[in-house]
Amino acid sequence: MLDAPVGRLEGALGQASVIVGLEARKLAHDPTELFLRAIQPALWLVVFGSVFSVIHAIPTGSETYLEFLTPGILAQSVLFIAIFYGIASIRERELGIITKFLVSPTPRLLLVGSRGVSASLRGLSQAVVVLLLATALRVPLSFTVVSVGGVLVAIVLGSTLFSTLSMIIASLVRTQERFLGIGQLLTMPLFFASNAIYPIAIMPAWLRPFAYGNPLTYLVDALRGLMVPSGGSLFPVAEDLGVLLAITLGLIAIASQLYPRLAQ
Amino acid sequence: MVPTAPGPAVVACRHLTRRFGEIVAVRDLSLEITADEIFGLIGPNGAGKTTTIKMLTTLLPPTGGTATVAGFDIVREPARVRRSIGYVPQLISADAQVTGFENLWVVGGLYRIPRHERRARAEEALERMGLGPVADVLVKNYSGGMIRRLEMAQALLHRPRVLFLDEPTVGLDPVARDAVWEQIDRLRRDYGTAVVVTTHYMEEADRLCERVGVIHRGEVVALGSPAELKATLGQPGATLGDVFTHYAGHEVELGGAYREAGRTRRIAARLE
Ligand SMILES: Nc1ncnc2c1ncn2[C@@H]1O[C@H](COP(=O)(O)OP(=O)(O)OP(=O)(O)O)[C@@H](O)[C@H]1O
Ligand SMILES: [Mg+2]
Repeated sequence: MLDAPVGRLEGALGQASVIVGLEARKLAHDPTELFLRAIQPALWLVVFGSVFSVIHAIPTGSETYLEFLTPGILAQSVLFIAIFYGIASIRERELGIITKFLVSPTPRLLLVGSRGVSASLRGLSQAVVVLLLATALRVPLSFTVVSVGGVLVAIVLGSTLFSTLSMIIASLVRTQERFLGIGQLLTMPLFFASNAIYPIAIMPAWLRPFAYGNPLTYLVDALRGLMVPSGGSLFPVAEDLGVLLAITLGLIAIASQLYPRLAQ
Repeated sequence: MVPTAPGPAVVACRHLTRRFGEIVAVRDLSLEITADEIFGLIGPNGAGKTTTIKMLTTLLPPTGGTATVAGFDIVREPARVRRSIGYVPQLISADAQVTGFENLWVVGGLYRIPRHERRARAEEALERMGLGPVADVLVKNYSGGMIRRLEMAQALLHRPRVLFLDEPTVGLDPVARDAVWEQIDRLRRDYGTAVVVTTHYMEEADRLCERVGVIHRGEVVALGSPAELKATLGQPGATLGDVFTHYAGHEVELGGAYREAGRTRRIAARLE
């Protein structure tokens, strides 16, 4: 019966849901990580954001600097969490747990894709923190059904994208030391060559192509378009989400080829 | 020559080979394992036992030769092989951060056991392994013996035809070791599951395996029932340990890399 198309779809959904559910249960048993993770974006918003709002150092057009910054900080915390997600796979390799997933009949694409999506649970928890803080700082954000739904979709896409990239790196380097080195090497350029904390318009010309090639730019732009309707987003939200989706699918395809190396 | 065993073969290796650069971890391995036996693989550190099992469980592609498991080719039909086997790795396969029941729930989902059956199956498996009372305890609080039994429950949840156990008793005290073997034996009696097991404990292999293959530097150097192997030495009162020494020697092997040794010990320490 499981070979009938309906049974197969049900089976695949079951596989995806237990992989995402496992991550949720881990976080429920030990949520300390979520609280610790919330500190960094809070500092960025409260200290960096407030100071730069007052000194008007960064031209952001009609919006205040805090309005401009809030989506950028949310995107940044999604990036910082997701880009280190692969270390969990390296730990699982060292313990042996990774083999449990790879000897099971879960298709590789589904395995990697679901693990990527499961990483967005952490990203979503960050969204709650950033949005609460921004509201407390009286940043006028849009809270319609469409904007909130869109923000959730953008965060899931962005988290899946960067965590899949992280799993690719983990599959290639396979040790924690090398992985941490590369992760740190990657985060700063991704962050600074994006529109997260300043507009692309004020970047030196040589940096702009990198910013337009940087997936983080599209995540920030989508969030900005959704959360700050008056604000200057570069592209329509649907285009931003389309770019994120296309890159994510490409990365999942690559990761599904490389991930089994973690059990060899 | 492929030594044939009576009964239908559930594992059949033909010239199975795996290289890692210069190292030939498994060389031209040919053997058959039948549906109703417990088959032991013994050999010194670095002999190629884990590499063989990783190839048979589709985790590692062979660089030469092939094998069938439950009638399916490990290279051409890996998905079918995966549905037919259970695997308990040499390291660890239970997640410490969730409970025993949650570990089984996840595995049930991965093997596409429908939701309405999954809970009952998981609970039954926990009972069977004597873990009913600790089903809702986080696995990080389990003892080494409990972890191993949970891992066996995971590997059996989908009722595989072949079960691969890589050093299931390493680091366990004698009571926990006996409990693991008792489960292996019951399994074969109740479900007719074929079992392929590696161990460094010769008394265990002698007592519990129908047939044993001695593997040395990637090659099978002796194959037969423990009684047959002991008889080949021609000394009355020979043990399987003597067989091991005779075929695999005592010399210190250079094969097992430092890193691997570190890993195994760390896990063994955790399991204790
Ligand atoms: N991923 C790998 N890359 C390189 N060499 C490897 C790899 N895996 C195993 N080897 C090498 O292959 C050989 C066989 O290793 P294997 O793990 O199969 O031995 P084993 O019989 O299981 O040993 P032990 O009793 O210590 O578990 C060893 O020389 C080992 O160093
Ligand atoms: Mg081994």
